[in-house]
Amino acid sequence: MSTLTTTRRKPWTPGRVFFWLTLVVLTVIFVAPLLWMVSTSFKTNEDATALPLSWLPRPFTTDAYKTVLTASSATPVLRWFLNSLLVAVANSVLVVTVDALAAYALARLRFRGQKFAFGTVVATLFVPPFVFLIPNFLIVSKLGWLDSLWALIIPSAGGAFGVFFLRQFFSSLPVDLEEAALIEGANQWQIFTRIVLPLARPALATLTVLSFLTNWNDFLWPVYVLFSAEHQTLPAGLSTLQSSATTNYPLAMAGAVVASVPVLILFVAAQRHVIQSVTHSGLKG
Amino acid sequence: MTVQAPPVRPESRSDAGVPGKPRTIPRHGRLTPYLFLAPFAVLFIGFVLVPAIFGLWVSLHDYNYLLPGQPWVGLQNYLDLFTPGSRDSGDFWHSMLATGIFTVLSVPFLIVCPLGVALLLNRAFRGRSFFRAVFFAPYVLGVSVVGLLFRFLLDPNIGLVNSYLGHAIPWTTDVPWAWISLVAMTVWWTLGFNAIIYLAGLQEISPELYEAAEVDGASRWDQFRNVTLPGLRPVVAFVTTVTLLASANMFGQAFLVTKGAPANETRTAIMYIASTGLGSNRQGMAAAMSYILAIILIGISALNLRLSRRREAS
Repeated sequence: MSTLTTTRRKPWTPGRVFFWLTLVVLTVIFVAPLLWMVSTSFKTNEDATALPLSWLPRPFTTDAYKTVLTASSATPVLRWFLNSLLVAVANSVLVVTVDALAAYALARLRFRGQKFAFGTVVATLFVPPFVFLIPNFLIVSKLGWLDSLWALIIPSAGGAFGVFFLRQFFSSLPVDLEEAALIEGANQWQIFTRIVLPLARPALATLTVLSFLTNWNDFLWPVYVLFSAEHQTLPAGLSTLQSSATTNYPLAMAGAVVASVPVLILFVAAQRHVIQSVTHSGLKG
Repeated sequence: MTVQAPPVRPESRSDAGVPGKPRTIPRHGRLTPYLFLAPFAVLFIGFVLVPAIFGLWVSLHDYNYLLPGQPWVGLQNYLDLFTPGSRDSGDFWHSMLATGIFTVLSVPFLIVCPLGVALLLNRAFRGRSFFRAVFFAPYVLGVSVVGLLFRFLLDPNIGLVNSYLGHAIPWTTDVPWAWISLVAMTVWWTLGFNAIIYLAGLQEISPELYEAAEVDGASRWDQFRNVTLPGLRPVVAFVTTVTLLASANMFGQAFLVTKGAPANETRTAIMYIASTGLGSNRQGMAAAMSYILAIILIGISALNLRLSRRREAS
């Protein structure tokens, strides 16, 4: 990415000392809260609230995890975890599938009303999302999806971002291969599945990761459309851990760790795609 | 406007490489595009287009989805919101004020701090991508984890922050502390997102410009003022717009950390809309509020866009 390179040994100029000092202080600010979360999740409730606070659990216990991961628990974090996973996977598969199909039509096929269709899709990107909150709640209730995971899987797949993103990517692909395939007698479905989709793999991966993260972290919507404890996703469920009068913080932090680990792993594994999706939204959006 | 291709187009090889030829393949059945579009179209119409119109319809009713009838009230919901002393106007505009305060306090930090981090990360040093990942990591966690974590860190009695400060500062229950908490946690959470956008912008600036400035004897600060900032101007405009909208949409932080406290000082507009429409089931009124907020936000973004265009032109 960068053309800059470091030489083996550089002298410790005041500028360099200042630079590394700033970097280290910032890193501590960014990492310390996460370490505190992990440390607290291995504490007993008495230890977590006893002053002076300690960075190391005394004693070290995995009770909080045992409690939240027990199926019969009043806070079934494991169940929430599986709900979140199901919802995020199903939603991102749905998003990528329907968006790729539509984006291909908008980028490569010709039909009446094409410009109007694309214009409408783009225009909705400028409408603030909360406008859809109340009417979608009513629509979901009419469909009988309140307190059901369908409410989290289906409606957000109507969003226009993925279609716009993939349409721009498909349009940037060279058209020659597709034309050659056409002359060979391939139909549009074959061209789409055998030529365009393989070429678009990076963009499809980026959209998948982005949809997964967005859905996994979605907060407001599940808080209001899911009611029963066993139907919550992690974000909605976690907020109930804290709303009780006396919060058991080791329990809450164990839940937070369980919610963080998958996305942090996904982030590290797919860092390039995550960073790229942000950069795309920034420079090309 | 629309270029309509005849169903069967005579094959012509001659136009294969003609520049300016539309990058579309005209050979397909008339129905094919609609079949490709259909699955998305169903979702897009059902959960984006219909709701946008249906919401307006709802806002013209005294709507409560649990009741059998939804009486038509015309513009009454909107009029009520603009009538001082009506049931909702005080609370609604107070929540709009809270959103405004949060936006005004948070946006400057969310524009400047990530720029500083991006400048640090734009230098050549070992472990650059590691540090980039560290600063970006909180963003992938989501507001529920971040909210829960900061509620704990900022707890007046057993929070880590007060234990280091040695004072029982009411971070979550009194102003101005609550505002500081909300802004600080939002910076911690989303700094990485803006920093990545800045970083991409910084790497688009041609190194030759810096070399030329150095030849002219420009100091680091001069280079920043005369090369970096002008080069980043479009990126800064973009970051400002996105951040303004994100801050105006603030919900989770206040919902989890301050719960709107003290009194309703930090209850944001989105919190009030959600609790009116989904908590108290007064969907008509909540829909009216969301349209008012949407119009204000679209107006502010348009104004911001025009201002940054004018600055670019001058």
